[in-house]
Amino acid sequence: MKKCIITVVGKDSVGIIAKVCTYLSETNINILDISQTIVDGYFNMMAVVDAEKSTKELDIVSVELQDLGLTIGVDIHCQREEIFLRMHRL
Amino acid sequence: MINFNEVAETHQMISEEKLDVRTITLGISLLDCVDSNLEKLNEKIYHKITTVAKDLVETGRKIEREFGIPIVNKRISITPISLVAGSACKCPEDYVSIAETLDRAANAVGVNFIGGYSALVSKQMTKSEEELIRSIPMALAKTERVCSSINVGSTRTGINMDAVRLCGEIVKLTAEATAERDSLGCAKLVVFCNAPDDNPFMAGAFLGVTEGDAVINVGVSGPGVVKKAIESCRGKGFEELCETIKKTAFKVTRVGQLVAGEASKRLGIPFGIVDLSLAPTPDVGDSVAEILEEIGLERVGAPGTTAALAMLNDQVKKGGVMASSYVGGLSGAFIPVSEDQGMIDAVNAGALTMEKLEAMTCVCSVGLDMIAIPGKTSPATISGIIADEMAIGMVNQKTTAVRLIPVIGKDVGEVAEFGGLLGYAPIMPVNEFDCSTFISRKGRIPAPIHSFKN
Repeated sequence: MKKCIITVVGKDSVGIIAKVCTYLSETNINILDISQTIVDGYFNMMAVVDAEKSTKELDIVSVELQDLGLTIGVDIHCQREEIFLRMHRL
Repeated sequence: MINFNEVAETHQMISEEKLDVRTITLGISLLDCVDSNLEKLNEKIYHKITTVAKDLVETGRKIEREFGIPIVNKRISITPISLVAGSACKCPEDYVSIAETLDRAANAVGVNFIGGYSALVSKQMTKSEEELIRSIPMALAKTERVCSSINVGSTRTGINMDAVRLCGEIVKLTAEATAERDSLGCAKLVVFCNAPDDNPFMAGAFLGVTEGDAVINVGVSGPGVVKKAIESCRGKGFEELCETIKKTAFKVTRVGQLVAGEASKRLGIPFGIVDLSLAPTPDVGDSVAEILEEIGLERVGAPGTTAALAMLNDQVKKGGVMASSYVGGLSGAFIPVSEDQGMIDAVNAGALTMEKLEAMTCVCSVGLDMIAIPGKTSPATISGIIADEMAIGMVNQKTTAVRLIPVIGKDVGEVAEFGGLLGYAPIMPVNEFDCSTFISRKGRIPAPIHSFKN
């Protein structure tokens, strides 16, 4: 399993999750866990995904998700899980 | 399970506090390129560098995007050229042709600097080493990406004062050769005492003779992250302050270790060391000086600066050592003047002088770094400053280095502009009393008594 963490932060609007999930499904990336809150009109989402069978290289996915974020006005990051695990866990 | 706060903290460290992996440096041994025919030697060097490093930049970019951590520089360090080119080069011009080959190879693989146009002369100089040193001004003026270093002393051997005297002249000549660019050449030339074999940081990087055929070394940096973290310690005791710096250094170094491991795996080149340093950039919020000021100094240079720097340096090492399997290089806090906005401000405010900087180098990781001085400074004075700094390194069994830039045509009160990561620097006054009688003595300063540990 090749886990990645996707975060989406920005002003709330209709269809953010739909657009992100559509991209993931088209790229054959499986969502393992997803959580989302809205605080003062700001959208906050974190998803744990498995990119093992992704049809695209992970660095491309990361850039494309960033671009997708630009078109819908939110900040999207997609990073390999290891960076968080290594930084915060012994 | 990862929680949102940890993810948010990492994002904040990267986007707002400028956490980055400063450099992936691919060390390449050129010992197997040795040839007595200059043309063949140049060919072999070019071929080896462009073969071993062909995927370096692209792999770095991939890791950067996949993990979402900026990797600012991808660079190459090589075996000191004095060891490789001795039998092929008969005059300084021959050495310059090798510098040009290195420049072309660096350009071909897309790295911004290649370090190792170097000579290790801590005890004595051979004829060919001396010629390499004499070729440095021309080599640095004719190339864009080549960096040069000279190791002129060590705790075990003492200080080679003939080399120190020569270095003063070479620094001056390099300044003159690149006078039209504010003597930029000198920013690519470092004089060392106790140079480590595995330093990934330019301009002093080279691949020492103790290293293998190729190796990946990584330098991490995060002054902004440390400063942000210790903002929460205002008014608190040293215990809490030190704990905070340690924990932050740990996190920063773990990122370096992760990147180093990935790069090593993907390139199929063994991992060497992580250098856990606080290396500033000219950006606001990425400054070692600001950390010292956050600890409680009005300006860097105020009384207490050396103690604060000593503490900071020690905590960074303590926090980082456990985060990486191999720590090496120059690990610690860098205090360059031109590359650190807080240091530049302190010089402009009159808080920071050359003498205070020298005192600070006793407890920092390198030494007198990126300091612009008046262009009229004599070679003997430059040699004197180098000798002082080398003596600090020799006696304290630490690495020290000097990167001085006598800016030709400019004087105290003016500013030298280097651009990019090198930044800009106000020209600092230098003690003008003469030391030429001391510097003109021939030979070497013997090793200190505590070097005899056998």
